[in-house]
Amino acid sequence: MPLSQLQAFAESNRWGAIWPELLVACLALAVLLLEIVLPKSAHRRIPGIAIAGQLAILAAVLGGVAPGPDSQTVFSGLLLLTPLVKAMRVFFLASSILACVLARVVLARQSVPRVEFTAILLVVTGAMMLLVESHNFVMLFVALETLTVGFYILVSYFRGSVLSLEAGLKYLVLGALSSALLLFGIVLLYGVAGSASLPAHTADGMDYGALRVFLDANPHCFLAGVGVALVLSGLAFKVGAFPFQFWIPDVYQGAPTPVTAFLAVASKGAGIVVLLLLTGTVFAAYGWLVIPVLGSLAAATILFGNLAALSQPNVKRLIGLSGISHAGFMLLAVIAGLKAIPGSNAAVASTGAVLVYLYAYLFASFAVFGVMAHVAGPDDADQQLDHYAGLAREDPFLAAVLAIGLGSLAGIPPLAGFLGKFLVFVVAFDARMYGLLAVAVVGVVLSIYYYFGWIRAAFFGPAGQSGHARTPVAFASRVTLTALALCSLLLVFFQGPLGRWIGR
Amino acid sequence: MNHPLTDPLLISLAAPLAAALLLALNLPRRWVAGVAWAGFLVPALAALHVWWHFGAAPKQAGYAFLSEYGVGVPSLGIGLKLGLNGIALPLFVLAGLVGLAAGLVALRSGAERLRGYLMLLLVMQAGLMGMFASVDLFFFYFFHELALIPTFVMVGVWGGRDRTYAAMKLTIYLTVGAMLSLVGLIAIYVKAGAHSFDLVTLREVLAAHPLHATLQTHIFGLLLFGFGILVSLWPFHSWAPPAYSAAPSSVAMLHAGVLKKFGLYGLIQVALPLLPSGFGPWTHLLAGLAVFGNVLVIGLVTIAQRDLKLMIAYSSVMHMGYAFLGIACFSVLGVGGAVMLMVGHGLSVALLFLLATSIHQRTKTFALDRMGGMARSAPVLAAFFAAATFASIGLPGFANFWGELTIFLALAKLSPALAALAILGIVISAVYGLRALARVFFGPAPAEAAGEPAQGAPPDLGWGERLPALILLSALLFVGFWPKSISAPINSALEASAAFSVSGGAPADAAAQAPR
Repeated sequence: MPLSQLQAFAESNRWGAIWPELLVACLALAVLLLEIVLPKSAHRRIPGIAIAGQLAILAAVLGGVAPGPDSQTVFSGLLLLTPLVKAMRVFFLASSILACVLARVVLARQSVPRVEFTAILLVVTGAMMLLVESHNFVMLFVALETLTVGFYILVSYFRGSVLSLEAGLKYLVLGALSSALLLFGIVLLYGVAGSASLPAHTADGMDYGALRVFLDANPHCFLAGVGVALVLSGLAFKVGAFPFQFWIPDVYQGAPTPVTAFLAVASKGAGIVVLLLLTGTVFAAYGWLVIPVLGSLAAATILFGNLAALSQPNVKRLIGLSGISHAGFMLLAVIAGLKAIPGSNAAVASTGAVLVYLYAYLFASFAVFGVMAHVAGPDDADQQLDHYAGLAREDPFLAAVLAIGLGSLAGIPPLAGFLGKFLVFVVAFDARMYGLLAVAVVGVVLSIYYYFGWIRAAFFGPAGQSGHARTPVAFASRVTLTALALCSLLLVFFQGPLGRWIGR
Repeated sequence: MNHPLTDPLLISLAAPLAAALLLALNLPRRWVAGVAWAGFLVPALAALHVWWHFGAAPKQAGYAFLSEYGVGVPSLGIGLKLGLNGIALPLFVLAGLVGLAAGLVALRSGAERLRGYLMLLLVMQAGLMGMFASVDLFFFYFFHELALIPTFVMVGVWGGRDRTYAAMKLTIYLTVGAMLSLVGLIAIYVKAGAHSFDLVTLREVLAAHPLHATLQTHIFGLLLFGFGILVSLWPFHSWAPPAYSAAPSSVAMLHAGVLKKFGLYGLIQVALPLLPSGFGPWTHLLAGLAVFGNVLVIGLVTIAQRDLKLMIAYSSVMHMGYAFLGIACFSVLGVGGAVMLMVGHGLSVALLFLLATSIHQRTKTFALDRMGGMARSAPVLAAFFAAATFASIGLPGFANFWGELTIFLALAKLSPALAALAILGIVISAVYGLRALARVFFGPAPAEAAGEPAQGAPPDLGWGERLPALILLSALLFVGFWPKSISAPINSALEASAAFSVSGGAPADAAAQAPR
């Protein structure tokens, strides 16, 4: 390799551009280091230090939520930093902080190491940031595997619990299957892109840009279509879209509550954004394939998630199943973006709808998971609707947060979830997706039933059925939950920097 | 533009919210009633204030008291914009008065966990005031939902018979209706292409560039059935009787009296002016459903009721048929009559629900067969009930009379046969109304009839019950004797609307007026 080329590579390695990822990785290492350095009595402070460190990073990246003017390619095209991925950095960091706060509550009830948990969570967070930033399939796959391996450990973190171990195994096997599908798709695309008989063939088929040029030149290549479909399937696994949703209930139930929350919010968010980026740019020429496939997935996902959640007595499974339907709603916005002309107002609006929906989902889900963490007993997998009976009388604060969180998930005004659903409906209507819109309306009506059932259990059920003491709400949790509830309440009125993503 | 602190519309929706918030803050028990009182009284006073000053207030596109606040989603053209036109004004006043009466009833209802109950009722009241005061379609819908959600909870928790079933049915039906109308509103927003949810802007834009007639028809269908479910249009009415029968009286008063009018108001204020040629194909269906379904079928069902509260609930479904008929006429006369009837019906049905609860407190039953002779010991209650029944039937001297009269006049122009059938409904309402009156208040008391000694005659209405009843009844009589007080603004608003001036009063003309 000539020296000038090496120099060009070195120049594009702008480490400064990925400082948040570097800081998160350093924090993960620092946490492990602190465990070695600090005396044993000080170990219980480490999760707090980790949260403080993440808060500092969050404060520094917070400016990135607003859409910025430009994108930047770094590391020889491995990473592409767009305004969207900068907004997602904030999303992932916020999720990881909230998961850490929940972990302080939940892990205290178990005899498991806490420091490693934080470290792995941080590694996963960094991997998610890199995942949405990747502009090359090799990078995508490496980031995805880092994240998935981290989740294998986190899901089965309660080594004493059979359900947690089962969940870990399921996630491992099914996750490997989805990775294999994804990888097979990538390899097919790479192989097709490299076949010299086709126009615009390229030796660099892993690069999104080069691949896009190739796919644009061959919009009806069968093998490439298979590759695209396989990549979509792999991602649908991560998102939990029908028919790749079957791992969700068991894994969500068995995983420790903070991990369930992180999986539900951050992992789903990463999947949706990667889907949005890939389908909108690289696979743009394959809209004829992607739009019908995603459309039927979205319809089935919304219906399945809501129907399956209707009669679910375990709240962790319930929120998992309802989360499936939320993925469906976000897919709706993704499809609307695909139908729009790239770069047009409508395309930007659908990205904004996905983003607002994700943030509303973040606020609402973590509020609900926060309440779940406090209501749960010693067995983290055994969280039934019955346990919520009488919550309003015994702890009005938790009950109020729960009502706001669930109301927001149900999409009821004046809560944030309503704005998310509203924006999705607007972009879906704009894209003339009337059939999917009808499915979404049915989904909303169905979801009201089980969300209200949960609220009813908390507010109107007879007291004293839970059989175990609820964890008292510590100051830090109280502040966090209040902040989440306020965010859910006020997002409709004030969106701050997020508002600049909406509309034109 | 008003200063936020002196804007009566903002105050009318902020005061109940502030009161609800104060109640949430664990106030000392003795303050609860006072705070709630204030929360219900302020909107009513604000409503009377704007009604008094409406004529002289400067108007902009028919809207007085306009003010905009920088909350919402500006990039989508959503902003909190408050104002009242001639159609919104009477309903805004209705919401204020019925809200005050319902609040007074709630305060002395002795409900369990009264604080929570009052909080939800105050939120509902804020939603009702905001719903009629919003000029922005997003907030129009938003405030409706804000008022609707507490209804579900209050029926489910504080309700009576079969409350769980009634609350679930209510929730699912009304969510379907609300979602359909939301999609319809989004459709208008997207297709108008004005990037604004502001009703005034939308009117201007759509008057200049009307949508294609077929598209208008489709969107109108969404709105008609979405709003129709919310107003218990037959055959989508079946949520209403069990819900009202189960609901605590303040909730039944507010929902049947005010909240249900959202759908009709939406049709009149949004659907007709924005989609004038979309209504033509639907008029006959709507008129048919309203006459045969709401008025005749439900009228007969009402006659068959043996339960006072269910009877009132069904009668409320039936009277919505008249309002739909008025809208189906699609003329200034008919639609204006519908608005008049909405006001009259709102007041009278709220009064009836209030009195039914008073009767229930005395007899411990809603079964008509087990009542009788109450007029002797409770003459005031009997007088109020008789007045409310007469109002509900539509006798002269009450607000409902003017509404029904104008609707029939407008309907006679459209189709004399339909008008005759609709007038038959008056007979039906007289049958069940007067029979209930006779059963409850006259004839022998049930114990006497069974030959048992009477166990202490039921007491008459106390002042605590008389006050809310008096508020409602005096409003009914006021409008009944001086209809111009509300018909003038309604008329001017409707006549200014381009939809009616081009349509010339008959739907057939409207259909012929297809744009482009």
